[in-house]
Amino acid sequence: MTTDSLILPIALPLLGALLTTALPRIAPVLGVIAAILTALSGLWLTGQVWGDAAQHVVLGGWALPLGIGVAADGLSASLLAMSSLVGLGISVYAVGYFSGSDRSPHFWPLWLLLWTALNGIFLAADLFNLYVMLELLGLSAAALGALTNSREAVAANLRYLLVGLLGSMSYLLGVALIYTAYGTLDIGLLSERIQPSALAATSVVLMTAGLALKAALFPLHFWLPPAHANAPAPVSAALSALVVKAAFYLILRLWTDLFANITTTGAAFILGALGAGAILWGSWRALRAERLKLLAAYSTVAQIGYLFLFFPLLQAMPPGPARDDLFAACVLMAVTHGFAKAGFFLAAGLVQKNAGHDRIDELGGAAQSMPATTFSIALAGSALIGLPPSGSFIAKWVMMRGAFETGQWWWLIVIATGTLLAAAYIFRVLSRAFGQEPTPRCFVTDARAEIPALLLALSSVALLGLAAGPIWSLLGFEGVQT
Amino acid sequence: MSQLLTWTALLPGAILLSSLIPGALIFLLKEESHLLRGVLNMAGAIIKLVLVVVLIWGVFLGGVFETRISIAPGLDLVLHADALSVLFVTLSTVLWLVTTIYAIGYLEHSPNRSRFFGFFSLCVSATVGIALAGNLLTFVIFYEILTLATYPLVAHRGTPDATRGAKIYLAYTMAGGVALLIGAVWLRSLTGPVDFVEGGVLATMPEALHPQLIAIFLFLLVGLGVKAALFPLHGWLPQSMVAPAPVSSLLHAVAVVKAGAFGIVRVVYDVYGVEFASQLGLLTILGVMASITIVYGSIMALSQDGLKKRLAYSTVSQVSYIALGASILGPIATIGGVVHLVHQGIMKITLFFCAGNYAETLGVHKVSEMDGVGRRMPWTTLAFTVGALGMIGIPPIAGFVSKWYLGLGAAEAGEHWVLLILAASTLLNAGYFLPILYKAWFREPPQSWPQEHVFDSRFETMGALLWPPLITAALCLLAGLLAMAPFSPLEWATLIARREYAP
Repeated sequence: MTTDSLILPIALPLLGALLTTALPRIAPVLGVIAAILTALSGLWLTGQVWGDAAQHVVLGGWALPLGIGVAADGLSASLLAMSSLVGLGISVYAVGYFSGSDRSPHFWPLWLLLWTALNGIFLAADLFNLYVMLELLGLSAAALGALTNSREAVAANLRYLLVGLLGSMSYLLGVALIYTAYGTLDIGLLSERIQPSALAATSVVLMTAGLALKAALFPLHFWLPPAHANAPAPVSAALSALVVKAAFYLILRLWTDLFANITTTGAAFILGALGAGAILWGSWRALRAERLKLLAAYSTVAQIGYLFLFFPLLQAMPPGPARDDLFAACVLMAVTHGFAKAGFFLAAGLVQKNAGHDRIDELGGAAQSMPATTFSIALAGSALIGLPPSGSFIAKWVMMRGAFETGQWWWLIVIATGTLLAAAYIFRVLSRAFGQEPTPRCFVTDARAEIPALLLALSSVALLGLAAGPIWSLLGFEGVQT
Repeated sequence: MSQLLTWTALLPGAILLSSLIPGALIFLLKEESHLLRGVLNMAGAIIKLVLVVVLIWGVFLGGVFETRISIAPGLDLVLHADALSVLFVTLSTVLWLVTTIYAIGYLEHSPNRSRFFGFFSLCVSATVGIALAGNLLTFVIFYEILTLATYPLVAHRGTPDATRGAKIYLAYTMAGGVALLIGAVWLRSLTGPVDFVEGGVLATMPEALHPQLIAIFLFLLVGLGVKAALFPLHGWLPQSMVAPAPVSSLLHAVAVVKAGAFGIVRVVYDVYGVEFASQLGLLTILGVMASITIVYGSIMALSQDGLKKRLAYSTVSQVSYIALGASILGPIATIGGVVHLVHQGIMKITLFFCAGNYAETLGVHKVSEMDGVGRRMPWTTLAFTVGALGMIGIPPIAGFVSKWYLGLGAAEAGEHWVLLILAASTLLNAGYFLPILYKAWFREPPQSWPQEHVFDSRFETMGALLWPPLITAALCLLAGLLAMAPFSPLEWATLIARREYAP
């Protein structure tokens, strides 16, 4: 049973990708069925982890150092649940978005392949496996991004591809160093054997740098805005909400699990400082962006920065309930951003389709004629700002508490400035929706396209903001009881 | 942590949902569904009122009403009804009902009503959430939701002016929100979850932490002071006068401004504790800020020709009475400040309703255009007169009671300078209200009004516009005349003061 539940989230989308390639005529139908099954299998596995803690399985018939390990713990299950729900929303939306377009047969195989790689990364238990999945992720993501065929999109995604390769290479170099020293790539075994040494430190730096490039951590973010802003809306949603999260997940996994005893305060501070730079620079550029999707892309750069602010706090906090809270908040932040950014991009895509462009200054009429979509942007936007009652507000609350408790008050200035900048760029968009245009007749104008965006945005606010407890339970934390 | 789901644990949540659910449904309505929207609005308002009556009775008998939802371990959303929250909940519920009637009449033919009433209900839900918040986290959550829910109301008209006003409003309140958040998290990191307890919770903190507690108070004060329009954080209030009249009424009487003032009262009494706050010297800071604001607002009001702007500056001044009451150590001043929470609300909402009526019926927006308006619209002007005289503090109208208790409390506490502030403010109030009354009643009306609408009505204006100010004006009189009756605002404020100063 456990074998199935661990393999299905990887096998089902892969199967879907093969079938949609073989039968392009009915690709959308097959794609949606594969998406539903993948999402269900992901949620099923999450449910199992919730029920009886971590799952672990070895494939290929070999014992551990040689076999391919697949494992699921609370951290991977949380992100798996995110990829399942967000992926499902994107798939449903994509059916309408690509209907009648000749790009549909290309979209489905690539998208399901991307989903395979994503789930593979969340579930892989050894470093080489992770490398393979990372490559697959990078390739399918770059191909998806170039689907519009416009010159900017192709150029941006070619750059994305090269940057991704560079990142993977750097990561692979780190993995190779580890393997020569310790003779295994299994994360569980390694974390027991690894000792502080120059070699280990070098490999941490190499792996982290490679992944930071893929996660678009400032100042390595340069490739992200053009690539995400020029892709078709469902692809932008997948890239911004999910793909960068995979690289972030790996860094978090490596730092708190594998390299937990060789990371230092100074190194964590550097990650935090880069995160701070990302928040300020990304938010500022989002504020100056002229196009809605470019704004959303820069907002991703900023939001990734928030995730990295957790590293110096986690490093300084002694183990205990307070650190558990911080860790859970970090996961909550990542998951909330996944939902919010996906909702935002899907809604932005609808506005763009309706208006024929996405220049913010001229969007008024289009935004006002689509109340449900504008409402989605508002909900997702308030989660991006970190306003209550969203998951990111709860995460920010815990993060600020951590900053006070570890005496690192300087991060508060960054968080406060970032919040205000985010409010400014979100409301720059929303204020366009209050013009003197004719009144729309009803709330929802195009249910199939608008509902997924609305539901994703709503989850980031109401669900994750008011009932974040399950993330704590999934991670196995009781939390601070007072 | 599990608790029985009895009705006492559900009631505060139900009060919140009674406006939230209709609000959410209204968003989904088609623009033409007048009837259904009206029914939803009124049903929500009336159900809420009934629930609140039950709550008043329960809290009076000493019952504990608490809805507690765990967001995450250690982070609880708590709705808890104590005497102070009941006062504010009742105020907002009663005035919401009246304002809804008014708004339905006022927006009869304007566009985007579904959006308007959706956010309107959201706004009231947030206010009730603030009133019932049982800990600092919950308070911050609803305080920020209020900012978000009010923005679309201020921007509602869609004119460049409205957009600009909304932007300024947002800039101030967002910055304030961040200050409040920092203060709240800081306090949380020192003490653990901050529950609101009558009499305060911080008095036992070790002395080494006192400087930090002072700094935290300043952060909280800035955050709350923005909404309470304390000088120099009041800049957004006159700008947001571009909003439709029902919004201005609600903003000034119940929702935003009052949320800030209520927050200050909460922080002083139920977080720091008034005696501890006085010991830290925080009350002096608050008192000075409030006094400056009272005088400044009144002076600014003198020179405003726009009627709504004059009323806005009057709000800046009057709301600070509440903060002033909180800044004086002693139960009588507490009564004066807390009761003004209600009195200012009913008086100011009357004035704004009347201003809306003048604008809607005659196109009169400026004080200089108000000559003889009393002859054309006697009932509206009568209500306006009651509200204005009450603001000045003429007995037996509600405002007199507040000023009397504030003055008495200041004298009892030995803070005689407060009497000077009160006297100056009263003179200034008279200075900007009496000329309006004189013009309205004794000057000759002009040949024609700027933009007169003739409604198909027996009255001087549409019925839905006339009744609300008459009702609230009657409430102003009753609150003053029957101040000593059971369940009057004054009696309830006395109950609050007794519980806050209980040994």
